[in-house]
Amino acid sequence: MSTAPAVQAAINPVEPFLRSDRMPHIWCPGCGIGTTVNCFSRALVDSKLDLDKVAIVSGIGCTGRVAGYLRLDSFHTTHGRAIPFATGLKLANPELTVVVYSGDGDLIAIGGNHFIHAARRNIDLKIICVNNFIYGMTGGQVAPTTPVGATATTTPYGCFERPFNLPFLAESSGAVYVARWTAFHVRHIARSMVEAFNKKGFSFIEIISPCPTLYQRRNKLGDGLDTMKLYKQKSVIKNGANTRDVDIAFGGEIIVGKFVDIERPTLHQTMDQQFRQVLKDRYAGLGGRG
Amino acid sequence: MKANPAGVLTGAHFLDGDQACCEGALAAGADFAAGYPITPSTEVVERFAARVPTVGGLFIQLEDELASSIAILGAAWAGKKVFTVTSGPGFSLMMEHIGLAAMTETPCVFVDVQRGGPSTGLPTLPGQADMMQARWGSHGDYAIIALCPNSPQECFDLMIDAFNLAEQYRVPVLFMMDECVGHMTEKVVIPSADAIEIYPRRFTSLPPAEYKPFKPSPDGVPEMVKAGDGYRFHITGLTHDEQGYPAMTWRAQEKLVRRLVEKVRKNADKIVRAEECDLEDAEVVVLAYGITSRVALRALQMARAEDIRAGLLRPIVVWPFPEKRLRELAERVKAFVVVEMNYGQMVYEVERCAGGKTKTVLVEHGGGTVHDPEQVLTVIREAAR
Ligand SMILES: Cc1ncc(C[n+]2csc(CCOP(=O)(O)OP(=O)(O)O)c2C)c(N)n1
Ligand code: SF4
Ligand SMILES: [Mg+2]
Repeated sequence: MSTAPAVQAAINPVEPFLRSDRMPHIWCPGCGIGTTVNCFSRALVDSKLDLDKVAIVSGIGCTGRVAGYLRLDSFHTTHGRAIPFATGLKLANPELTVVVYSGDGDLIAIGGNHFIHAARRNIDLKIICVNNFIYGMTGGQVAPTTPVGATATTTPYGCFERPFNLPFLAESSGAVYVARWTAFHVRHIARSMVEAFNKKGFSFIEIISPCPTLYQRRNKLGDGLDTMKLYKQKSVIKNGANTRDVDIAFGGEIIVGKFVDIERPTLHQTMDQQFRQVLKDRYAGLGGRG
Repeated sequence: MKANPAGVLTGAHFLDGDQACCEGALAAGADFAAGYPITPSTEVVERFAARVPTVGGLFIQLEDELASSIAILGAAWAGKKVFTVTSGPGFSLMMEHIGLAAMTETPCVFVDVQRGGPSTGLPTLPGQADMMQARWGSHGDYAIIALCPNSPQECFDLMIDAFNLAEQYRVPVLFMMDECVGHMTEKVVIPSADAIEIYPRRFTSLPPAEYKPFKPSPDGVPEMVKAGDGYRFHITGLTHDEQGYPAMTWRAQEKLVRRLVEKVRKNADKIVRAEECDLEDAEVVVLAYGITSRVALRALQMARAEDIRAGLLRPIVVWPFPEKRLRELAERVKAFVVVEMNYGQMVYEVERCAGGKTKTVLVEHGGGTVHDPEQVLTVIREAAR
């Protein structure tokens, strides 16, 4: 960086959080992923976290590239396995705030098993899922989030499988914080991210986001801007809504808001407590010997 | 550096290979393991789960081998010494993350207690048919180091070496046991901590502004950092430059992947290790590893009793393979006899090293039990003729 950080901050408040030496990024014009990254950077500022203690883990996909653009300890892992990588990282150093930032296919299709188990354990991870209803990186194939009736390259005659309702999946698996927003709701997203950073336990934020190149175009939903208008028009804020009722139908309304915010002991707490209780003074702690 | 006494169970014990493997990991300083139960390897993590909270560190059973094989990599990047343990089908599931470990140069140990395969095969019975999978199982080009113990004592001793090699070369080290070695109980002597040499993690002393995560030291191995220390580094499974940033060009590929391969290839002389028995005057060289080497040794004694000049070469490090030694022997012996519990794997390496200068004979076995020494003797007799 040749410009002094203070000057850059004046130009763009998220600049210090990005690896400017890696710009331009790979995302298409109108893609929603960049918008979510802006929100994330905003949330990092607002949370006042020590950024040396924040780590970000991504899987593979367009969203999976997020880790590589953030000036944090960042890990771009394998498809579907960001959560178990993050599990190892967090267990090994509980001081870290560990964020998992990935796509709907990555987290919920190939990584679905890890998702439900991490929620069940209530490991303290902040999961940010950019849901564009599609596999972006590989060219627009059907995902476990694609609404019935929407087309994808591998369902050219329309999707005929019922998609997952992600907030319901997260809550019923054990998440302590669950929110959903669209890429239109930038302030809400940033606020939810700060809340998730401050929460102890498995926190899940779903961000409905446009993939104009593949999903929007194929489904005749216009460009990025048209999609923002559509999100504005179709979304209904219902904080505390029953997650059972927040399914998304093709062309239907999108219920957004903070749905779950509860307390439950984290994996680290239950593990530590169990050993303390049973092993008493034989317990040497989880910290390791390094 | 000497071992931390906290994990070292100094004294003489009766342990099976799985238990000894666990004690070796603890003595080496392992403070993080993840695993998923599978016969005949589970005892390793069962013991670790019981022992590690009393010495410092943790074990977690995860939802499958995909999870456990990458959770250890996450823990390694937080500074832990890590391993996972599996067999058969679980080993197949771990392949993608052996590749990730190789690509990201993450020090780690993968234990495979081999059973009969393919597929579910013979869950409770031995095999040695994962030897090529250990070397080549993940996609793409990379190099690993693999060790092959033939007794519970070696399960202990070599596990320490496995961790040391993983740290020194920053490669995944594969610990290739078999069901027999895993489940046989023998005397295991565990030395005092100050008699155990530990290769420490190659942490950098450079400040963040000067540090490049994949800039190699003169021996080809870069220095490491860990999350949370202010380096703000990036790690990816994509082909990357010295900064760790994705670099999608053939030049970046050539530079990185060549180094990954050469880290092991160029240091092979330092890494290879084999036990030799009666090779001085040998006309027939038997090559065997793991439990099979003990059967082969019996056949060797029988051959010597018949005045057949046979000797044994037992690779302890199987990958990289003791190529140089085999090439030397090929110049002067009548035959190589390879005894392995599969239908031909390491025999290809032997044949390659023989280079047509001497014949190579395989004594194959599908697994499920060990070879009959008589069967090996018959082949030795034939080869000596
Ligand atoms: C094991 C494995 N299988 C398949 C792929 C190919 N692949 C890369 S990204 C991807 C899907 C990504 O979809 P999503 O997670 O929704 O991310 P998006 O690109 O939409 O942000 C697939 C199938 C892979 N990299 N690894
Ligand atoms: S393909 Fe879709 S998800 Fe990927 S960068 Fe382009 S718009 Fe975004
Ligand atoms: Mg997607």
